[in-house]
Amino acid sequence: MITLDNVTKAFETPSGTVIAAQNISMEVQDGEICVLLGPSGCGKTTTLKMVNRLIEPTSGRITIGGKDTAAYDPVELRRTIGYVIQQIGLFPNMTVEENICVVPKLLGWDMERARKRAAELLATINLEPALFLKRYPKELSGGQQQRVGVARALAADPPVLLMDEPFGAIDPINREVIQDEFLKMHRRLRKTVMFVSHDIDEAVKMADKIAIFRAGKLEQFASPDHVLAHPANRFIADFVGADRTLKRLRLVKVGSAVETGWPTVTAGDDVARALALMAERDHKYIVMVDPAGRPQAFLARDACRDQNGPAVKHSLPLPATVRLDEDLRSAVSVMFMHDVRWLACVDDDGLFAGYVTQPGITRLLRQTYRGSGVEPVA
Amino acid sequence: METLAFILANLPAIGERTLQHLSIVGVAVGLGILTGVPIGIAITQSKRAADAVLYVAAIIMTIPSIALFGLMIPILAKIGQGIGYLPAVIAVLLYSQLPIIRNTYTAITNVDPALREAARGMGMGPLQRLSMVELPIAVPVIMAGVRIAVVINIGITAIATYIGAGGLGAFISRGISQTDSRQLVTGALAVSLLAIAADYGLLWLQRRLTPRGLRAAKPVVWRHARRAPA
Repeated sequence: MITLDNVTKAFETPSGTVIAAQNISMEVQDGEICVLLGPSGCGKTTTLKMVNRLIEPTSGRITIGGKDTAAYDPVELRRTIGYVIQQIGLFPNMTVEENICVVPKLLGWDMERARKRAAELLATINLEPALFLKRYPKELSGGQQQRVGVARALAADPPVLLMDEPFGAIDPINREVIQDEFLKMHRRLRKTVMFVSHDIDEAVKMADKIAIFRAGKLEQFASPDHVLAHPANRFIADFVGADRTLKRLRLVKVGSAVETGWPTVTAGDDVARALALMAERDHKYIVMVDPAGRPQAFLARDACRDQNGPAVKHSLPLPATVRLDEDLRSAVSVMFMHDVRWLACVDDDGLFAGYVTQPGITRLLRQTYRGSGVEPVA
Repeated sequence: METLAFILANLPAIGERTLQHLSIVGVAVGLGILTGVPIGIAITQSKRAADAVLYVAAIIMTIPSIALFGLMIPILAKIGQGIGYLPAVIAVLLYSQLPIIRNTYTAITNVDPALREAARGMGMGPLQRLSMVELPIAVPVIMAGVRIAVVINIGITAIATYIGAGGLGAFISRGISQTDSRQLVTGALAVSLLAIAADYGLLWLQRRLTPRGLRAAKPVVWRHARRAPA
């Protein structure tokens, strides 16, 4: 756990004292990713660098795992904290392996163990050790370099990782890929991560907690969903964007919005049975599944009225299905693409799991707004 | 033809003079590296010190060599070394300082600040940063300074013959005083060839000392699979 207790940093400049960070108090729980977010010059990077004492706090206390960082020698302290910067900063005179082994070497590991660790880490960041260990940084693409940058920070298995806009210099396509990889790795390693970003989308995607800074002050510290649903003030509302409700869609999985328990029919069922089931639930459509339970088509109530014969004869193709583990943003996008108000959902095995509907999604989003009793800031 | 005959007849003498020449330049620039590189590193800590040191080194560079040799005669005469090998070495040492100090200083200050921050953030102390990151990256530029120092001083050492230090300049000075163009051309030719050979030799060494990751090589383009548009 990282705790900042009333931490302030004042810089003396020729034109007077500048407060870069003022009375910052926050806690990052073990295994959480906390994104420090805000416009440039808001104090987020200063706050990050005070944790590993690249910048010494003017006042206040910072503890990691309950221990006051001021009690350590700063150089020793930094060896126990992973550090990743935007410019990556791989040492060009060293191979990938030597770069990863820097901190283990500083900590006095024997080289055998350090090398084994380097190979292990390369494998976890999807770079084939046999191919990459002996390469030099200039022989890697930007995305590969930053993967190695992350591996280097993790080399000595530090419990805490500080990342200063780590993916900021990577092209958008690779950035998404690396973010996903990092999240996957994080789920396994459960490091406590402090992550500076100026990109609200990145923050929403990565963070367990978002800390929004403005002019050296911590303006709001909450979960991404809470920040989007209840921005604490107008500055934050503006910063997270007018489309913040759409951003929330990304945070919610289809599984949370799915409406289950609806009946289905199979190809051989009589259309009258389908109509009866729809009438019973007052539903305008019903999904037809194969014997295994995979959705195949659907029947619309209006089109089936006064018809007879097997259901398959009156069935219409499903425009698309969504998986339960996709986020609502993808689901809504698919709905818009096909101009439909509902989608059939499938589980991991491709079996029908229920519906997700536009009214259902709206209801879900409204719940959070209502739940707190706070009116959303327009 | 006469010159060629002279050269062939005097090969052992030319060889001996070349060794004398090399020993002055080699010892002096060697000592120049031992003083210049640490000074170059030290002055990266203070802009004011850097300006002052580089200014003094530049002024030394502007003193004509013949004047510097003359200046040292009374000073070193106090320890009985007014002329000969020692003043020659000291002069060459002084002349080698500007290129070596300046290139060391420039190379270290030009190390990407991001590398320095990464090194600091990972827990390297100042000396570890210097030895693991800054110096290896600075080596090619420092070596370029050493090459300049060697080439300049091979020329300057030719003048050291006037204070009895020997070297290839002896052929030139004798050629002038005896109006013997054979000796003059032999000396000039030998000095030039020595400078060129030393430069190439040091260039080879510079390439060898440059960390592999910094050597200019054929650019390698890594293509990576992009997802096909959906």
